Amino acid sequence: MYTSITDRRKFIKKMAMLSAMTAAATMFPGILFAEEQEKGIPNSANLDWKKGPCRFCGVGCGILVGTENGKAVAVKGDPNSPVNKGLLCVKGYHQTMCIQSKDRLTHALVKKNGQYIKTPINEALDIVANKMKETINNHGKDSVAMYTSGQSTIPEGYVASKLMKGAIGTNNLDCNARLCMASAVAGFLTSFGADEPMGCYEDIDYADYFITWGNNMAEMHPVLFSRMLEQKSRRGAKIIDFATRTTRSSTASDKSILFEPQTDLAVANAICYEIINNGWVNTSFVKKHCNFSKGLTNMGYGLEDNYKFTDKPSTIDFEAYKKFLEDYTPEKVATYAKVSVKDIKYLAAIYGDPNKKVVSYWCMGMNQHTRGTWMNNLVYNIHLLTGKISQPGNGPFSLTGQPSACGTAREVGTFTHKLPKGVVTNEKHRRLAAKIWKVPYERIPPKPTYHATEMFRAVDRGDIKFIWTQVTNPLVSLPKTSRYRPGMEKDSCFVVVSDVFPTPTSDVADVILPASWHIEKSGLYGNSERRTQHWDKMVEGPGETTPDAWMTIEVAKRMGYGDLFPYSEENHVEEIYNEYRQFHEGAKHGMAPLEVLKKESGVIWPYVNGKSTQWRFNAKYDPACSNGEDFHFYGKPDGKAVIWQRPYEPAPEVPDATYPFWLNTGRVIEHWHTGSMTRRIPVLHKAMPSAYAEFHPEDAKALGIRNGENIKITSRRGSCTLPASINERGLPTKGQVFVPFFDENMMINDVTLDAFCPISKEPDYKKCAVKVEKA
Amino acid sequence: MPIKSYLAHPHNGKKNELIQALSAIDQCEIVAAQNKEVLVLVTETENKVEEAILKEKLETIDSLKLLAMVSGFNTPQNN
Repeated sequence: MYTSITDRRKFIKKMAMLSAMTAAATMFPGILFAEEQEKGIPNSANLDWKKGPCRFCGVGCGILVGTENGKAVAVKGDPNSPVNKGLLCVKGYHQTMCIQSKDRLTHALVKKNGQYIKTPINEALDIVANKMKETINNHGKDSVAMYTSGQSTIPEGYVASKLMKGAIGTNNLDCNARLCMASAVAGFLTSFGADEPMGCYEDIDYADYFITWGNNMAEMHPVLFSRMLEQKSRRGAKIIDFATRTTRSSTASDKSILFEPQTDLAVANAICYEIINNGWVNTSFVKKHCNFSKGLTNMGYGLEDNYKFTDKPSTIDFEAYKKFLEDYTPEKVATYAKVSVKDIKYLAAIYGDPNKKVVSYWCMGMNQHTRGTWMNNLVYNIHLLTGKISQPGNGPFSLTGQPSACGTAREVGTFTHKLPKGVVTNEKHRRLAAKIWKVPYERIPPKPTYHATEMFRAVDRGDIKFIWTQVTNPLVSLPKTSRYRPGMEKDSCFVVVSDVFPTPTSDVADVILPASWHIEKSGLYGNSERRTQHWDKMVEGPGETTPDAWMTIEVAKRMGYGDLFPYSEENHVEEIYNEYRQFHEGAKHGMAPLEVLKKESGVIWPYVNGKSTQWRFNAKYDPACSNGEDFHFYGKPDGKAVIWQRPYEPAPEVPDATYPFWLNTGRVIEHWHTGSMTRRIPVLHKAMPSAYAEFHPEDAKALGIRNGENIKITSRRGSCTLPASINERGLPTKGQVFVPFFDENMMINDVTLDAFCPISKEPDYKKCAVKVEKA
Repeated sequence: MPIKSYLAHPHNGKKNELIQALSAIDQCEIVAAQNKEVLVLVTETENKVEEAILKEKLETIDSLKLLAMVSGFNTPQNN
């Protein structure tokens, strides 16, 4: 790992300053040090500041990048952005520093006789196009695949979808948002028939309570958490942290409640039981706006290749639902959830109080769950039963992990089952896509093929013979990499990797394409609150680096689809966005014109009559409501949301005598996902140079493990050796080990399980069984 | 060669005075918060003796209400 530390003392000073700024941010929510970014920069008065969204998480903070002589020399928070109001986190401030990394991929590399040979980009793109065509000719169109990202820009996702589904005619397109947001999508679609949160970040300014479900926002969404802390100190708003591990979020909250992994399902049902049992149901809201349904149970966990599942919903009535909840009294649930009856009743009473506004936040804890769709449904149930939804300060809010998981993966639809509007199984949606793409309707296949996990299983089996990954690092981020890394190394599959830096995924590539980084291209992202943000190219990329969208277009042209991709190199972002907008015309999902996005620090869709819609489904704010009532859940044909009967079911693998610990994986504030960018930013790399395994002190004592001592974590799939961390950043519950996944040198995903939610197909990275021994 | 960072809290309305006073000291580098009454102070001295002398000097600044040393992130992974 390269680090460009030329002056160690300067660096230590920088670290000291950063530590103090971090401490200040905890004590003074909303504090700004933006001037620091301009300090020491020569001729700072001449800096050209350009706006854009941050490259990292799904919060979508607005940034201003200062450029001078064609180089990015400073980053500060955009004070005009309603998201962060000028504030940034430690990753945000330092993001552009990775561009200068010495091991940047600047030219295409083609593997010949086991060696990577520097190759002109045009030749490399010829090789990719020829190989893709040849594979289709020899093995059929479903033998090629693309795997993209929630970090791809909207135009990048759009042309990938158009190439695979519209031009080639295969649904072999999926993305890494499957690993983080698919359960949220399935939850929204099953409960409301329309994806993405109904509320927005402004909810923070109105809520009396924030209840975070398995969500360490202080580290993962620090700017939003800072906004919550500000409301805590200004108005006395309360934060309740409901989690399996004590984190920085827990210690900054008013109350921390810990639960046994997987039992969040039972606790959510117990809250609903209490709401009904205590007469806290908003009866008129439920009668007017909700239906009750149940689906299949005992669905399995997707552990077998080619696993298939289709839910069969059936309507139930309120009485049947009430009867079902009798299995979830707080007294019964407390026995296995390890949450006290008092705490369950406390949570229920917050939701049940008609005079308290409540926002629920969650992210990976609920989504990376073998019953992730159910868990999302259950939190919606709580808000629907109490009518606390779609109003300022009241609502369920699923946060995204990646900067354009919403804008690209979900809205453009870079999943196997999706189209830019709707799904491939719907004839109307296929016809609309065919019309806008100007392709024969029959070319778009009506059946989804491989979701992420199954796609890499197909590579391992030899069914997929060509795969192109863009903006993602699956051989660090997939679960059970102990299977998928050898799978990708097989000669049966030609691997193309498009990235900015070398990664363990590019290590197995046949062709490596040098991608432009964020500000080296124009683009658009869409964040968690439905805000679309545009940025212009700010600096030139080095060597032959090229935007991913343009590389896809060039390959498409070489494959003979030039007429479908008539975009110009200079204006392709604008041309693609204008084409894409046609998919979402109308009051339910209208996207803002590009000229508006160029001026504003992002705009929330639906953008109707020149205005963002901040709270969907509420007639007071949402012009798409047309049923004459206060609320209209127009995603469903009858305009009603669904309260789902979803039971508690255990995890597929639980601790036993041989593997006695739960393994939970996650992130840290310093690093973005697999660390390929942030580990190349010296300040961040030095702050958190390697992964570790957190233990409960009593477990550590019983095992005789000391802090910093190397330990080996082993599951039925593989093992990983890391230093122990006891009573440091986080504190897992007894019987649990926590490991962050950012470190490619300590591959914890060799250990994890590739079980997934049968409805959303999102894997569960939070629960599998492991044993621990001294290394 | 100690390098330390602090949060420097000024007395009410004395932020600018504190900025001026600290800026005049060679071993001090400051970053003032734009919207809050607090400054980040980083000190760099040659040895412990010089550091102690500096500390005494800082304590005589009238506009300084409180100097809180920051230990950095609460993990050994940090430098």
